[in-house]
Amino acid sequence: MADIDIKDIIKEENLIYTKPKVITDTVMHYCPGCSHGVAHKLVAEVIDDMDIQDKTIGISPVGCSVLAYNYLDIDWQQAAHGRAPALATAAKRLMPNHYVFTYQGDGDLASIGAAEILHACNRGENITVIFINNAIYGMTGGQMAPTTLVGMKTATSPYGRSTELNGYPLKITELIAQLPGVAYVTRQSVHTPAAVRKTKKAIRKGFENQDKKIGTSFIEIVSTCSSGWKLSPVKSNEWMEEHMFKFYPLGDLKDSEKESEESYKKYIE
Amino acid sequence: MGELKLMKGNEVIAEAAIRYGCDGYFGYPITPQSEVMETLMLQKPWETTGMVVVQAESEVASINMLYGGASCGKRVFTSSSSPGISLMLEGISYLAGAELPCLIVNVVRGGPGLGTIQPSQADYNQATKGGGHGDYQTIVLAPASVQEMNDHVGLGFDLAFKYRIPSLILTDGVIGQMMEKVVVEDQKPRWTDEEIKEKYGDWATTGKQKNRKGNIITSLALESEVMEKHNIHLQKKYREIEENEVLFEEFQTEDAEYLFVAYGSSARVCQKAIEIARAKGIKVGLLRPILVWPYPKKRVSELADQVKGMLSVEMSAGQMVIDVKLAVNGRIPVEHFGRFGGIIPSPAEVVEALEQKIIGGK
Ligand SMILES: Cc1ncc(C[n+]2csc(CCOP(=O)(O)OP(=O)(O)O)c2C)c(N)n1
Ligand code: SF4
Ligand SMILES: [Mg+2]
Repeated sequence: MADIDIKDIIKEENLIYTKPKVITDTVMHYCPGCSHGVAHKLVAEVIDDMDIQDKTIGISPVGCSVLAYNYLDIDWQQAAHGRAPALATAAKRLMPNHYVFTYQGDGDLASIGAAEILHACNRGENITVIFINNAIYGMTGGQMAPTTLVGMKTATSPYGRSTELNGYPLKITELIAQLPGVAYVTRQSVHTPAAVRKTKKAIRKGFENQDKKIGTSFIEIVSTCSSGWKLSPVKSNEWMEEHMFKFYPLGDLKDSEKESEESYKKYIE
Repeated sequence: MGELKLMKGNEVIAEAAIRYGCDGYFGYPITPQSEVMETLMLQKPWETTGMVVVQAESEVASINMLYGGASCGKRVFTSSSSPGISLMLEGISYLAGAELPCLIVNVVRGGPGLGTIQPSQADYNQATKGGGHGDYQTIVLAPASVQEMNDHVGLGFDLAFKYRIPSLILTDGVIGQMMEKVVVEDQKPRWTDEEIKEKYGDWATTGKQKNRKGNIITSLALESEVMEKHNIHLQKKYREIEENEVLFEEFQTEDAEYLFVAYGSSARVCQKAIEIARAKGIKVGLLRPILVWPYPKKRVSELADQVKGMLSVEMSAGQMVIDVKLAVNGRIPVEHFGRFGGIIPSPAEVVEALEQKIIGGK
């Protein structure tokens, strides 16, 4: 049998997958089994597919994804902890034909930045929010987040989260879905190829909603933090399916247009 | 050209911003400066110049909206009063770190805490010594009239963009609330993205173009060598501003044997105090810093060779007096006189303080 040269295989016509154009060659710093990398790739693919690299402004948070700006070659603003929706509000209002998205962790969005996300969504800002919920503060070494499950052990809940001490995990996505300014709210994950495809669709829809100017699009991705959870990548996925999905069920929470001023007129009549 | 009007200081800030071609305002109500946003909302500039006006959910949000807008290369401003500015300090440090041009107006009220809604100058240290975390400065303008409230909007933006630095207008409830004649400028057009690029370079987040990598606005550098380099760059810029942008005004200093040093509304009180003192035969003049950072150190130092003593008059427990003392460096007596907690000193009190603390004390 003749030897096969690798060069004969790596050819344009044999290509079934390639790295998104928008993703840079910088090596990502994420831990093995972390959901951030896949979530980044999906945002990059959507930007590629929609051909909007020159019109997209990303707002990176404080959290493990603070350096997202090194991985996607678009224009970025790095926000103070929790304030990404405030930055996005201004960027979108001042450049209404650009695509503006925030990328935020659960500590960033649901704890210190709870006011900013609620009010940006309540104003119905035409932005897309990518919310990475790994139920923990990854970056600072695995402390309890508002989203941490009851009984879950973290660096600041070493005996497990207790409702006495710490209250209850916050379903902020459910809160957001109540707001009339919000058009689209969904909860997805990236732990299987099928889930990845669904999440990509959701992100695409979130970006397309900006064209329609119908209000905020909010995409939660229930995520793993293998380092914070102290589990292997495989075990992390299993733990997420078993525990996280029960409390944070996947699926769409809202898919509509932002409610009109007309529907509120009755309250002042 | 321009147009003559009778306006409140706070109102003219709004009017001047629109006419300057400002792109956006983000703010949260607080006395004694709420007229700024109220005037903007009444004027509806989004229908004329296209300027964006947003009532934010807090000062934390408004300063971070400012960061978002400034990152886009737009000319954006916010206004607040003391407790609100305290809340903004993390954001102001980020703005300084990321070298974003913008304008922040502090109509100072008495503190500490919730304090009083009456005028004060007790935020001088916060404004001129950075205020938030890290080694940084903001340009600080100190208007003493409604006309200067108008002028400092344009000057503040010009300096902010020239050096890519936040500018802060440090004023108080007296100047903010009082009505005076003011000449406002004719309407200027807002800049286009292209004009901004041409004038100030292609650093803003206006969408990645083919000929450049993505623009990144950040204050983060994980390697300490990089962070030190950035700090050295910032310090170099601050020294350059200190060299080039000092601005002050003098009253009757030619023959002065004593000197008042005062900014903003205290300087107005001192002008009257000079009249009273000179009628008594005391030759006193006034040095009024128009910018309090950079500070007119050199001029204060020169005047120390001429006069026998200086009195820093401030509506605070004595903050600017430290800058005066540093410039004088022990050569002549320097004292402070101030009323605080919202009280404006009377010209007679100021003269009395000069007589007791400086003339009597020599
Ligand atoms: C004002 C402020 N407070 C606290 C911190 C420290 N800090 C950095 S990241 C972080 C938590 C991030 O957690 P999350 O948003 O869930 O992101 P993850 O790392 O899990 O992706 C905290 C508390 C900070 N940088 N700024
Ligand atoms: S600490 Fe957690 S969130 Fe951060 S990179 Fe590692 S796995 Fe991802
Ligand atoms: Mg997290």
